[in-house]
Amino acid sequence: MDKVLEAKNINKHFLKPKDFHVLKNISFAIKKGEFASIMGKSGSGKSTLLYILSTMDTEYTGELYLNEKLVTGRLPSELSRIRNEHIGFVFQFHYLLSEFSVLENVMLPAKKLARKTNQEIEFDAIQKLKMLGIENLAKQKASRISGGEKQRVAIARALINNPSILMGDEPTGNLDSYNSDNVFNIFKRLKEEEGLSLLVVTHDEDFAKRTDYIIEMEDGRIIS
Amino acid sequence: MINWRVILNIAKTHLLTKMKSTATASLGVTFGIGAYITMVSFMTGLNNMLDSLILNQTPHIHLYNEIEPTVNQPISLFEGFENSVYMISSIKPKQGQKKIHNALPILNYLKKKDNVKGATPQVRAQIFYLSGAIDLGGTLIGVDIMEETRLSNMRDYIVDGTPEALKSTDNGILLGSGLASKMSLSVGERVQISTVKGGIFPLKIVGIYQSGIADIDNVQSFCNLKTVQQILGEAQNYVTDINIKLNAIEDAPAMAKILEKQFDVTATDINEANAQFETGTNIRNLITYAVSITLLIVAGFGIYNILNMLIYEKMKDIAILKATGFSGRDVQFIFMSQAMIIGIVGGILGLILGFVLSVIIDGVPFETEALPTITTYPVNFSVGYYVIGIVFALLSTFIAGWLPSNKARRIDPVKIIRGT
Repeated sequence: MDKVLEAKNINKHFLKPKDFHVLKNISFAIKKGEFASIMGKSGSGKSTLLYILSTMDTEYTGELYLNEKLVTGRLPSELSRIRNEHIGFVFQFHYLLSEFSVLENVMLPAKKLARKTNQEIEFDAIQKLKMLGIENLAKQKASRISGGEKQRVAIARALINNPSILMGDEPTGNLDSYNSDNVFNIFKRLKEEEGLSLLVVTHDEDFAKRTDYIIEMEDGRIIS
Repeated sequence: MINWRVILNIAKTHLLTKMKSTATASLGVTFGIGAYITMVSFMTGLNNMLDSLILNQTPHIHLYNEIEPTVNQPISLFEGFENSVYMISSIKPKQGQKKIHNALPILNYLKKKDNVKGATPQVRAQIFYLSGAIDLGGTLIGVDIMEETRLSNMRDYIVDGTPEALKSTDNGILLGSGLASKMSLSVGERVQISTVKGGIFPLKIVGIYQSGIADIDNVQSFCNLKTVQQILGEAQNYVTDINIKLNAIEDAPAMAKILEKQFDVTATDINEANAQFETGTNIRNLITYAVSITLLIVAGFGIYNILNMLIYEKMKDIAILKATGFSGRDVQFIFMSQAMIIGIVGGILGLILGFVLSVIIDGVPFETEALPTITTYPVNFSVGYYVIGIVFALLSTFIAGWLPSNKARRIDPVKIIRGT
């Protein structure tokens, strides 16, 4: 099977306040259609790893491949383009642009990509919202909807450009168990119906256990 | 790769949701530009008026004979004293030198030259105005009145009567307004004058002349050239001054030098005569620009401040934009375009404000004895200042927007996202 994401010997140091080796020789791969989770205690380096994998953090050594192409060492503008096209991101805090409507929030990454006309993008966005059961919120201001709804909007936004992989940094960390379940089921469905690859950092053991496999981290190493 | 539609849409949304800050920032620019336009229009209007007050009455080149002693005194010409030191006490100026030699041929020569707009002969005479037992010292100038009105705006300064009336009246006089009020005389009445040599001549007042400069109006009057020559008992070739107007004022200094050598007369050009005037104009312009630039810098700081605060508020938005694929450059353009929109809107409103204020000032009555032709405050509506104004506005907002937006460009999304 194709490797969507592959990390080879990734090392990272925090230099401030003093030299600290956060990630030690991390190597692993995620294949197409896999749903992986990263678990570990606070400070084990799991979020740091995720931000390196997402191409936002570029201060590391080692090699990172996305769709079997090397992304390490690319220009920041190229990385922006890669994020825009291939990576969907869902955060713990929902991070919608509060002045824009739900629909505009979802459409924004696609408008940036500018591959489709505005009508096509709007159609896609409504499709995504429908899939997540929140198409009735399309015209609402992003600041006016509940936390669970915001997270679903964020997922819709992450999916708008049909990315190769969806990454989540504690996407359920701020939600109650009902909404957590809901988000998990959405992820599961995306994997099964659309063949999407997913990589989720989480604290939530129940959540992690239901994924295809768990990458467990401790002190900057993968232990299982 | 830059998708301006999306960027401008985000900028627009930011500006509209922060209407109050946007309005404050734009008003800063508006007042800065408005004040600049108003000040510069008013100041240059005044400058032009004052310039023309002096310059229109001053010929571009003035030819006359300077009263001076002969450089080569007779003793220095005598070979017998060649190697001696000599001392002469009580040197007198040369005789008979008020008159310009060969004035009429010079005039003809000048009138034929291509770059000369016109040359007029004048005869200056020291006279007394007789009013009962009192005699007032003064100057009488004989002029070719129709040529004078063609070449200068003399007609504007004849507040009563017409130049044509002088031309058609041989013994007519255009009396200085200060003299007229001193002697309680008006148009149609007669005034007696006497020359230094003693003859008394009655002249008919055909007009009142008011230059706006009291020192001139209190002593100076105009007659026909022929009349003054007769009063002085001189021939028709007696001309003391020649005034020259050129087609291009810039030629004056060079031309003055040539004429001085060619005809052995003294020639002063307009720049020499009005050097101090230029200085005044330059300093007034300097003040105008200093004040305007200060205002714009203040407005620039306002924009800088507001954008800075906006960027702090929007940290999370910036992080999310970057995480979803907007580059640092895109983010910078979002905030730069906000600054430029503020600059364009504020600048255009400022031009309108400046124009409206200028129109209001232009309508304010301004009447003064000194300036008979002026009825309202002079304002210069030159398009150039409006162009400078808008360029100023764009430049200052560009700089004010550049610094904060550059900071937004460099924001590390990871830090923002992890920090919460």
